[in-house]
Amino acid sequence: MRHLTPKAITLLALVALILVAPLFFPSSFYYRVGTLMFINGLAVTGLVILIGYAGQISLGHAGFCGIGAYACALAPVHLGLPPVLAMLLGAVISGALAYLVGRPILRLKGHYLAVATLGFGILIFMVLSNESWLTGGPDGMQVEDLGLRALLKSVGISVPAAELWYWLSALVLLLGAALALNLHTSSTGRALRSLHDSEIAARTVGVDVAHFKLMAFVISAVYASVSGSLLAMMNKFVSPDIAGFLHSVQLVTMTVLGGAGSVFGAITGASILTALPQGLTIFHDYEHIVLGLIMMLVMIFLREGLVPSLIKRFSRRQG
Amino acid sequence: MSDLLQFVFSGLTVGAVYALVALGFTIIYNASDVVNFSQGEFVMLGGMSTVFLSAAGVPLPAAAILAVVITAAVGVALNKFAIEPARNASVVTIIIITIGASIFLRGVAQIVFDKQLHRFESFSGDAPIEILGATILPQSIWVIFGASVIFAALYVFFTRTLTGKAVLATANNRLAARLVGINTNFIMTLSFALSAAIGAVAGVLVTPITLTSYDIGIALALKGFAAAMLGGMGNPFGALVGGLLLGLIEALTAGYISSTYKDAAAFIVILAVLFIMPSGLFGRAAVNRV
Repeated sequence: MRHLTPKAITLLALVALILVAPLFFPSSFYYRVGTLMFINGLAVTGLVILIGYAGQISLGHAGFCGIGAYACALAPVHLGLPPVLAMLLGAVISGALAYLVGRPILRLKGHYLAVATLGFGILIFMVLSNESWLTGGPDGMQVEDLGLRALLKSVGISVPAAELWYWLSALVLLLGAALALNLHTSSTGRALRSLHDSEIAARTVGVDVAHFKLMAFVISAVYASVSGSLLAMMNKFVSPDIAGFLHSVQLVTMTVLGGAGSVFGAITGASILTALPQGLTIFHDYEHIVLGLIMMLVMIFLREGLVPSLIKRFSRRQG
Repeated sequence: MSDLLQFVFSGLTVGAVYALVALGFTIIYNASDVVNFSQGEFVMLGGMSTVFLSAAGVPLPAAAILAVVITAAVGVALNKFAIEPARNASVVTIIIITIGASIFLRGVAQIVFDKQLHRFESFSGDAPIEILGATILPQSIWVIFGASVIFAALYVFFTRTLTGKAVLATANNRLAARLVGINTNFIMTLSFALSAAIGAVAGVLVTPITLTSYDIGIALALKGFAAAMLGGMGNPFGALVGGLLLGLIEALTAGYISSTYKDAAAFIVILAVLFIMPSGLFGRAAVNRV
């Protein structure tokens, strides 16, 4: 393993998990849970770039998920775009919006940044739930299927929908993770990580702080948007809840639970918090209690998140 | 004219509640530099506990007092078990902890109480009082009166008592306060108890008008935070003015622009304040030393 870079190890581990997991799936329900893990994992990978690399918080990222999701719902109906292009359109809109609001918002720090992003996310949620003429209001609306399954069928390949979504979302997640890992080791990534440690120190060595923060915000918004699009197309349905405050908080919790500084950690966090409610049917009533407890306990006792803390403990024992 | 007056009345009523939530933020922020995102949950706990205690047969005034005591205890526990162990953690860490606490408290409330909307009897009936063609509920007067009493009492507490001055000293410089013999841990505990109690009182006063349920906390916390920021974070007088202003802006938005977007007013105010004058109306500009 000595000549493998951490990047290669992470990607290989992900590929192995994605390939091996279905061997243990007793029903198509498990493919669905897996798909949800990957879709959440994608949004969370974007947050690793923002929170883990650049050290900036966003409590409004579900807003971008909402934009991606509603782009897939609305663009095919009103603009006649095929779903794939609708997803791209959503990503472009999210990125552009993040660019516009990111400039003033990212001048803020700490709680102010948290509240500003939170307010921004809630504004998106309000528009989605109040403009019923366009979005169907709180009841949500139907979303057109991606059409990939029909395409495969026309060339003679027949795959159950749950399995197709599993492989498709796994592929997108791998792509997203590979990009995020590449960013980590690039010079841009180094500049981003220098912000995390000290903005002032970064500025004194010539890092354009505002530029890099904005870049991290835009990239993470695009990740969230694509994740929202995938979720909407898989469910064939979307409601404003996807842009809600609770979803934003869940995304941040997944990120910090696994370890905001590590792509593999954050995806692990996303998987745990996605699987937990599916595994326990009784969980629904206690969802808030468990989510709140996890957030508090992890931040108090494992500040770097599960995976980095465990790795540290393990390597200390070896060394 | 009577329309405008009507909006002013309703604006001042909710504004007084926002001012109390903002005051709670301010007290904890001053003592510990923590922005406590579970501040809104104190309002919920105050209202919900009163509802369920009085339903269990406790007379309303006693139920209200008990509810305030329970909420203050929750505030102390929050400080003890979640904030103190995370001393020296980064701002982002503390934000996530207090948001976690607010979600946790909401989850507990959902199970201990229920998910319905509740209210209890207004203190002095529901017959509206007519003033210059507009009407005001007796309970609104209770809210505004209650908020004024709390602000006055705190003013006296901070300026005339030794403990109050100790809180101010701790806010100013924790290390220096400790050096002159102030028990800063006690001050922290006191601050959490105080702001939880103030939140609970707000919940008790306003529940007959706005109703309460387990999930009203986030919206209140956000609006209280907006009010605190508008006035200048950490300034109790700013909290009062910010709360009343935000209440008025909201009522006027609902009256003259769109009632569906009245809640958006608070967030647009937050964003505008942050961009135009980040230290608020009465805040001191922070100087960052490197």
